[in-house]
Amino acid sequence: MAVNYGSKRIVVGAHYGLRDWLAQRVTAALMALFTVLVLAQVILSKGPIGYDKWAGIFSAQWMKVLTFTVIIALLYHVWVGMRDIWMDYIKPASIKLVLNVFTIVWLVGCAGWGIQVLWRL
Amino acid sequence: MTELASKQRPKRPEFRNINALSDLPTYRLPPAGWVSILHRISGFIMFLLMPFIIWMFDTSISSEISFEKFKAAFNIGMLGLPGFIWKLAALALIWAYLHHFMAGLRHLWMDVSHAAVSKEFGKSSAIFVLAISVGLTLVLGAKLFGLY
Repeated sequence: MAVNYGSKRIVVGAHYGLRDWLAQRVTAALMALFTVLVLAQVILSKGPIGYDKWAGIFSAQWMKVLTFTVIIALLYHVWVGMRDIWMDYIKPASIKLVLNVFTIVWLVGCAGWGIQVLWRL
Repeated sequence: MTELASKQRPKRPEFRNINALSDLPTYRLPPAGWVSILHRISGFIMFLLMPFIIWMFDTSISSEISFEKFKAAFNIGMLGLPGFIWKLAALALIWAYLHHFMAGLRHLWMDVSHAAVSKEFGKSSAIFVLAISVGLTLVLGAKLFGLY
């Protein structure tokens, strides 16, 4: 196998950010697919969209399961992105820690709310 | 050392740190740079407005009564703020989603295609992303505010 790493790079089995990078893309692809699916159902329905049609889209069991996975995907996707932002612009470790904790609380809270809305429908 | 490198050259400005107020206003970004920073800003906006997004999901989907509340927020107002403020917030989210979506697709494309990683494609695809996201935002914004 060709050596494709430089002399400064220590091979320790670390993934060098591969996991977050890949997760961000996989979750993005899932959410993009979901967007197209919801839009297609809205556009293909006949007549004006009222409560019945809109809620009907999300009340199908397969749609609930898919929406649930999208909420989880969103949670991870936003965590990776927000962590990148804090890492890039916030220097003091203490503030960074506070912001990271705030991000987790904010995201988990929002995801819980979204899942509650979804499963009581 | 080559002759070129050893020659005295005029001193170039050196930035140790970029000041948001004194440096950023004079920065000129290429289209790809705008797409990049707006990708970040749009993601951040959606992160901050996430409770509003879920509130919209909640009220629009839970019951007919809450659906009326959902509509009233945009037509009449809510929490002491007039309806057009909520429409503007929704429009900000529409732009943020469109931009993030388009810029994300551009990212994914460049991840899977070596041909897409070139100076020319970087520029043309960036202009395409900006044009689509701003254009669709204007179209949907006009609809949201009842212009057609």
